[in-house]
Amino acid sequence: MNLFVVMKRTFDTEEKIVIDDGRVAEESAEFIINPYDEYAVEEAVQLKEQHGGEVTVVTIGDEEAEKELRTALAMGADKAVLINTEEDLEDGDAYTTAKALAEFFKDKEADLILAGNVAIDEGSGQVGPRLAEFLDIPAITTITNLEVDGSQVLIERDVEGDIEKIEATLPLLVTAQQGLNEPRYPSLPGIMKAKKKPLEELELDDLDLDGEEIEAKTKTVEVFLPPEKEAGRVLEGEIGAQVQELVSLLQKEAKVI
Amino acid sequence: MTVAVTDELQAMKTMVKNFVENEVEPYAQRIEDEDAIPQHLVDQAKELGLFGMSIPEEYGGIGLNAVGKAVVLEQLGRTHNGFVSLISAHTGIGSTGLVKLASEPLKQKYLPDMAAGKKIAAFALSEPGAGSDATNLSTQAEKKGDQWVLNGTKHFITNAPVADVFTVFALTDKEKGAKGGITAFLIEKDFPGLIVGKKDKKMGLRGSYTAQVIFDNCIVPEENVIGEVGMGYMNALRILGEGRIGLAARAVGSCDKLIELSASYAKERVQFGKPIADNQAIQWMLADMATETEAARTLTMMAAEKVDDGKKVIKEASMAKLFASEVFNKVADKAVQIHGGIGYIGEYPVERFYRDARITKIYEGTNEIQRLIIARRILDEN
Repeated sequence: MNLFVVMKRTFDTEEKIVIDDGRVAEESAEFIINPYDEYAVEEAVQLKEQHGGEVTVVTIGDEEAEKELRTALAMGADKAVLINTEEDLEDGDAYTTAKALAEFFKDKEADLILAGNVAIDEGSGQVGPRLAEFLDIPAITTITNLEVDGSQVLIERDVEGDIEKIEATLPLLVTAQQGLNEPRYPSLPGIMKAKKKPLEELELDDLDLDGEEIEAKTKTVEVFLPPEKEAGRVLEGEIGAQVQELVSLLQKEAKVI
Repeated sequence: MTVAVTDELQAMKTMVKNFVENEVEPYAQRIEDEDAIPQHLVDQAKELGLFGMSIPEEYGGIGLNAVGKAVVLEQLGRTHNGFVSLISAHTGIGSTGLVKLASEPLKQKYLPDMAAGKKIAAFALSEPGAGSDATNLSTQAEKKGDQWVLNGTKHFITNAPVADVFTVFALTDKEKGAKGGITAFLIEKDFPGLIVGKKDKKMGLRGSYTAQVIFDNCIVPEENVIGEVGMGYMNALRILGEGRIGLAARAVGSCDKLIELSASYAKERVQFGKPIADNQAIQWMLADMATETEAARTLTMMAAEKVDDGKKVIKEASMAKLFASEVFNKVADKAVQIHGGIGYIGEYPVERFYRDARITKIYEGTNEIQRLIIARRILDEN
């Protein structure tokens, strides 16, 4: 099977987010493979182990993202591609990423593209489905189980706590939900081998794209942290009056109804 | 001084840290209570290649250099020290003799299985009458035809109850003694005449077993001599020398963990209406713990870097082992003090670290012997 994983370098889930000058400060932060993308990498490696073939991991970002690509190679991927946009792009969004990836995939014969269901930083959950749309292949999101038999694919997906079973055919794009698998740790020999595996670096030019063509369709207006959680309030008095007070607070103060 | 850590090494550090935090730590209390390491953790460590870290790539390991080993062992030191002992006795003193000194056929026969963790290794030098005075061996090997016959008793042998292969030191020429009369042998547990005694009841390092190993007319084929006949004592010193850097690295990792535990406990524990971390008495303890730990780390990494530069490190390795083990004991003591009564209770990790710290001043050369080695070098050099 010709397997591809699209992945993103994100903040470590343990990091404290600090906003500095209207941006999330990245200087001293630790980075990881987006955890949902890690499920996608693991699934691709398992599929390769079962059915043979090759796993290529692809990311868009700057040189720093090489580390996360090497981690994926250490987990068992065979090849890595970094689409380096450092020089050509200020800010991108889900459209930017999907469009650049679509160009990359134009001449690839991918049987299966795996992505994370969502990235834990910006959380749009759009790159996977948008990419499938550009490539004109079906997309199935939030999958929790995947079985391949020839070109037939049996999938279970998480639908708000229920399971939906779907039959599909390759080529296909899927996005991984928690529960799909338990990602392996890259082993010491895996890490050593990873440095010898091919890592190709492309620029937008190589994809016949320029910054303008894939300019973000959205604009970030403001970046702020959620308000600090305040202590709760306990209502007192007669039940009826409490209910009335609660409803009025929800309407006027919390503005949720 | 900071040692430049390559991207691969950084990846290894992250992997080992995640592995011990997510997989081993949840079982630390169970290891302590049952004096046994769950098999699945040992299997996982094997799959991750930890048992082959010091064995060269051509024999199935990854042949980490000294800095690499120190980085990995430092992270392992963050978790249950008994678990780490099993691995590091195997990859350290258990494997080094074969890797550095053995003949090619011997290496090919044993190293691949050792790298995969299919064969667990132990190192048998100490005897009831030969501890710090390691040359005073009474275990003897006699050549009979193309075999050696060993008789004697070793004790406090880490991994003995689980080991498949032992690096054993015996007298081959009583007259010459340490000067050309001690030889190292690679002995399989199934060689006739090797008996493993019952395991010792220790103060700490639970889950890691030590025991006596008795040789009763134990027959060893000639080709299982490690290095040259008669050169065993020099070889033992060489094996122990580099191993000391690994011990120091483990101690540093344990200190890191103790500092983290102590700082977060001090912020949570409220007395007299405020967290105890607000008290200068606590802050000073934390400051000393962290400062001494960094000094130990730097000394350890300096020694490791010197090994990789091909320099002699007998003095530096002893310094790292001496200093890091003493810092570990001081840090563990302060960690218990910060935790107060809870630090004395067996359900908290600091109590375990406190007991586990104690052996580090004794094993693989007592700290008195380390001082002796350091002093001799200084006197020789000046």
